[in-house]
Amino acid sequence: MRKVFKATLALVVLITVSAFTTKSNITDSGYKIGDVATDFELENIDGKMVSLSDYDDAKGFIVVFTCNTCPYAVAYEDRVQGLNKKYADKGYPVIAIMPNNINVKPGDNMEAMKTRAKEKGFTFPYLMDAGQDIYPQYGATKTPHVYILQKEQKGNVVKYIGAIDDNYQDADAVKTKYVEDAVDALLNNKEVKIKETKAIGCSIKV
Amino acid sequence: MKHLFLILTFSFFAFGNQYISNQNKITDIPYLKQDLKIVDFDGLEQYLATKDKSKTYVINFWATWCAPCVKELPYFEQLNTTYADKKVEVILVSLDFPKQIETRLKPFLIKNKLQSEVIVLNDVDANTWIPKVDKNWSGAIPATLIYNSDKSAFFEKSFDYKTLETELKQFLKQ
Repeated sequence: MRKVFKATLALVVLITVSAFTTKSNITDSGYKIGDVATDFELENIDGKMVSLSDYDDAKGFIVVFTCNTCPYAVAYEDRVQGLNKKYADKGYPVIAIMPNNINVKPGDNMEAMKTRAKEKGFTFPYLMDAGQDIYPQYGATKTPHVYILQKEQKGNVVKYIGAIDDNYQDADAVKTKYVEDAVDALLNNKEVKIKETKAIGCSIKV
Repeated sequence: MKHLFLILTFSFFAFGNQYISNQNKITDIPYLKQDLKIVDFDGLEQYLATKDKSKTYVINFWATWCAPCVKELPYFEQLNTTYADKKVEVILVSLDFPKQIETRLKPFLIKNKLQSEVIVLNDVDANTWIPKVDKNWSGAIPATLIYNSDKSAFFEKSFDYKTLETELKQFLKQ
């Protein structure tokens, strides 16, 4: 009896999964693992312009597309701060970029970004993609969305794309720290094991 | 100071109650008569598997804090009503945070009297379940899946009513 139940359940799951296997309407754009990421010159909350090329000593970067107004981004603020504290000195600073259209999300304007950064004591640059032309090149679709870059001869090569870890609700219940694992691998000249992950996030506002 | 706190607390309850009594009632909304369904992804799949195979389903992933999602909800409601007799059913899968279900989601559902069925998906391991919905879904919401026993299509974008209706019509036998 139990076997029959199990078999039925498996069948049901199979049917549902096949219902979920779909034709897709998403254009595949943006960087893939191994692509060289573009540099940029974007305004920081201190009014200065910031580029990746300013960081002579960096071995790479943790680029985080994030904002003030997305609950998922907010849930990760302290963890992003933690990443910068842990890895900036080791050569992988966090570079946060706010990609939203501030006419749609006034809560993400420069003044709001400054206030939030001050409240949270951000130790990393929090840049505004004012022309909204950097995030599409990276292929970021949501906040938060992380790109780990490694500085190589040919430029800043994309080594990881995706989520910070596997539990947005509770930092203490995280099982896999995707970003930390990837940066640790790069620092040890090892291959990044999990190169791409998916997470729920707020669509970037255009 | 202590008095001020008491007064504030009192006025909160007083006004809070008045606020609720002016709103629609839970009993106006069919899926709220029992407790709101809260499932992990396996639970969602199993629930959808129990549904009528002859129908076309429009599954919308949304949350109360997602402005473009909230903006398009009326179109899904309209679709659900307009096509109810054409064997179409809209299911709204909420990704609201569990701690905001009582404080934010339920009041929102009651206030807006959403008639399409709402289910809460609470599954932190998004890297596992997102690709099961669609392998190209980045995880941004709003996102919508339309399927029936013949085919399915996935959309990581916002809809207006006309575009949504056009996509649905691809699934309906003429």
